[in-house]
Amino acid sequence: MHVHVKRAMSLSGAGLMPTQALADWTINMPPGVTGTSNEIFNLHMTIFWICVVIGIVVFGVMFWSIFAHRKSRGHKPAHFHEHTFVEILWTIVPLIILVVMAIPATATLIDMYDTAKSDINIKVTGYQWKWRYDYVDEKFGYFSNLSTPQEQIDNLAPKGEHYLREVDQPLVVPVGKKIRLLLTANDVIHSWWVPEFGLKKDAIPGFVNEAWTRVDKPGIYRGQCTELCGQGHAFMPVVVKAVPEADYNTWVAEQKAAAEKERELTSKDWTMDELMARGKKKYETTCAACHQVDGGGMPPTFPALNGSKVATGPVDGHLHRVVYGVQGTAMQAFGKQLSEVDIAAIVTYERNAWGNKTGDMVTPKQVLDYKKQSSK
Amino acid sequence: MSAVIDTHTEDHHHGPAKGIMRWILTTNHKDIGTMYLVFSFTMFLLGGTMAMVIRAELFQPGLQLVVPAFFNQMTTMHGLIMVFGAVMPAFVGLANWMIPMMVGAPDMALPRMNNWSFWLLPAAFTMLLSTLFMKGGAPNFGWTFYAPLSTTYGPPSTTYFIFAIHMMGISSIMGAINVIATILNLRAPGMTLMKMPLFVWTWLITAFLLIAVMPVLAGVVTMMLMDINFGTSFFNAAGGGDPVMFQHVFWFFGHPEVYIMILPAFGAVSHIIPAFARKRLFGYASMVYAVGAIAMLSFVVWAHHMFTVGIPVAGELFFMYATMLIAVPTGVKVFNWVATMFRGSMTFEAPMLFAVAFVILFTIGGFSGLMLAIAPADFQYQDTYFVVAHFHYVLVPGAIFGIFASAYFWLPKWTGHMYDETLAKTHFWLSFIGMNLAFFPMHFLGLAGMPRRIPDYALQFADFNMISSIGAFMFGATQLLFLFIVIKCVRGGEKAPAKPWEGAEGLEWTLPSPPPYHSFTTPPEVK
Repeated sequence: MHVHVKRAMSLSGAGLMPTQALADWTINMPPGVTGTSNEIFNLHMTIFWICVVIGIVVFGVMFWSIFAHRKSRGHKPAHFHEHTFVEILWTIVPLIILVVMAIPATATLIDMYDTAKSDINIKVTGYQWKWRYDYVDEKFGYFSNLSTPQEQIDNLAPKGEHYLREVDQPLVVPVGKKIRLLLTANDVIHSWWVPEFGLKKDAIPGFVNEAWTRVDKPGIYRGQCTELCGQGHAFMPVVVKAVPEADYNTWVAEQKAAAEKERELTSKDWTMDELMARGKKKYETTCAACHQVDGGGMPPTFPALNGSKVATGPVDGHLHRVVYGVQGTAMQAFGKQLSEVDIAAIVTYERNAWGNKTGDMVTPKQVLDYKKQSSK
Repeated sequence: MSAVIDTHTEDHHHGPAKGIMRWILTTNHKDIGTMYLVFSFTMFLLGGTMAMVIRAELFQPGLQLVVPAFFNQMTTMHGLIMVFGAVMPAFVGLANWMIPMMVGAPDMALPRMNNWSFWLLPAAFTMLLSTLFMKGGAPNFGWTFYAPLSTTYGPPSTTYFIFAIHMMGISSIMGAINVIATILNLRAPGMTLMKMPLFVWTWLITAFLLIAVMPVLAGVVTMMLMDINFGTSFFNAAGGGDPVMFQHVFWFFGHPEVYIMILPAFGAVSHIIPAFARKRLFGYASMVYAVGAIAMLSFVVWAHHMFTVGIPVAGELFFMYATMLIAVPTGVKVFNWVATMFRGSMTFEAPMLFAVAFVILFTIGGFSGLMLAIAPADFQYQDTYFVVAHFHYVLVPGAIFGIFASAYFWLPKWTGHMYDETLAKTHFWLSFIGMNLAFFPMHFLGLAGMPRRIPDYALQFADFNMISSIGAFMFGATQLLFLFIVIKCVRGGEKAPAKPWEGAEGLEWTLPSPPPYHSFTTPPEVK
């Protein structure tokens, strides 16, 4: 019911959205900000112009014939056919053009595959439907979720400048360093792409793919998943923030400290208000895409949480769903994706938000104990 | 498109049965050809309707009409229906109608198998379409159904999809066996292989491709079936399987499949252009060798669909070079068509219009194909709208314009009436404009960074998507005009002579229009 109302509203509102002002007429590939992307751009343009020239010659002859050699102009058909020299010529000449194209393409490809001597290693993991970045050498990592509000997608709010290409936490890299990415996936195949780096590589479960990049210019670069990975495929952008090395080092230090603090949070004494506040935030980034901000879900695929038996029943049952997921449905196992603190906050929030007034407070310690006991 | 009108069956000792049983039990190549063509057009409209849903959702950014889960079902079903339901059966329909008449035979070599291979198709597609109404919806993993999205993460209806694919595969293989048996055994005396019409040649090669790759498709879906229902782990990494192997096996089928959908169109166009240029095809032998070369190469290029999956650099180079080589025989074909038109005496009736558009637009699709073959550049193009633009350029003005050209070329022969030329030209121009408006901007979208198979997109893609949708609606609506033209032509119109086109050549034009129920009862002599 709710979805229908939303959809009707979005239909009536569609014509009013000020999207046109932001659109543009880009017709070509960006040259990009890495050596690789520039090489690819040059290859692309070379091949494009070769095709244009061939096209002009072939279509030129054809259009001339269409114009001049028509019956209505009284043109009598010639009788020639088969000409060995011409036929050999139009086999050999394209072959030579192909060889000319293949040489720079080969050089670029070999360069793209050379991942040796990298300065920084980052593990990129595709999840339905978000990316996780792990700084392997620094021992911290985080998820990068779409941060466009659902109202914008449903046409209930004006769309922002970076609609569908914005995340809560971008990947941060230093400029001028060779960054080696190790790509894999948790569930289905994803593909990590930033057009301005000229870097696209599939993230495949059970495989670790390698790719590298060296960003020359500080800035924020946007791309998105390019391998169909289910219904959230359009909603898992890639955002990379390239910063000067000094800024990067400061950021890494902050992240390491924050990761340490996060680990300490598990043993902290939490109040209901703190858990609810954190839970609301985490719920909206992690759960709301399916279960909706108002807990109404999108039945039958995504059940409502508001008033559901799980969210108002025994705490252990609720924890089990969140930690281990539900086999054969879109409900993932969040036990390894989220910290104990976040699971505690989300479960507490779900049991007390909307019409669910159970009054239960689930602490991080309880989650930890539940995990230990249930994994035995 | 009533295949054979009852009035001329009086000349023969027996004719078709009456009523519905005629169509259910028929073993006649023309009746079966007609059923294939009608089935194909029905599927074309159905798959087209799904394309309209896709383009309507993409008309503006944001989600307006459908939820992403349903959008994915639409893209998947659109692809499957167009490939297996519209294009392939249309060519089998043309083969059924034309091959016996072109080689001077009374019928196809294996008429009962012919009946069965057709009737499997409605069963297969009923099963495939029924998945739309099942719990969890229809297949939603793209027409390429990559594992593990289609296995571990697939909807419950996937098993029905697998069974449907099996039936389509059996149907195609039987159709191909029939074509080969007819061509190799029933040619008129004097018709050596190198005297065969090009449509017959291209179909002979297509039939061998079908026999080679449809079992591979059957194999890959069977592995999926085992993974889903019997606990194997062919494609499940957690059980020691390999998701990339799925893609290797799929594309070993998938790439020759691309040529299965275009080679018969090459053949048909090689009849139409000489007919309307009133000049012999420039290089018959080199056309035959070019088709053969394309077919051979199609088996060693499959991994160019997988440049980003992380195959070793040596593999990338091999598949890049092999793919680029295909440009050589394809170029030979295009040059031949142009050389045939050069200094001819051309007129531009509907078949010629579609054939000329075929050559121009297929070549544009060939250019983008060449760009995609360059592996490093492909890292930017892969899975974007540039790819969508590329394969729609080779399939819509390629395969489908080829089918329209053939239909207009042979309609007078099939029905005994001339079609309405003004309406047919209108059909052409609206299709031509609509199709370019729909698909040309997709090149720009892809280069600017829009991935394929997404229901919603960033704002910089808004304008070209809107143009593309308008073009798509125009192209879609225009196809109803084709239905009207064909019905009008079947029901009546100016009587068609045995050879309605001045420059047309071949045995089919020696038969009256419409041809007798058993095309050639005594084999003609070919000198």
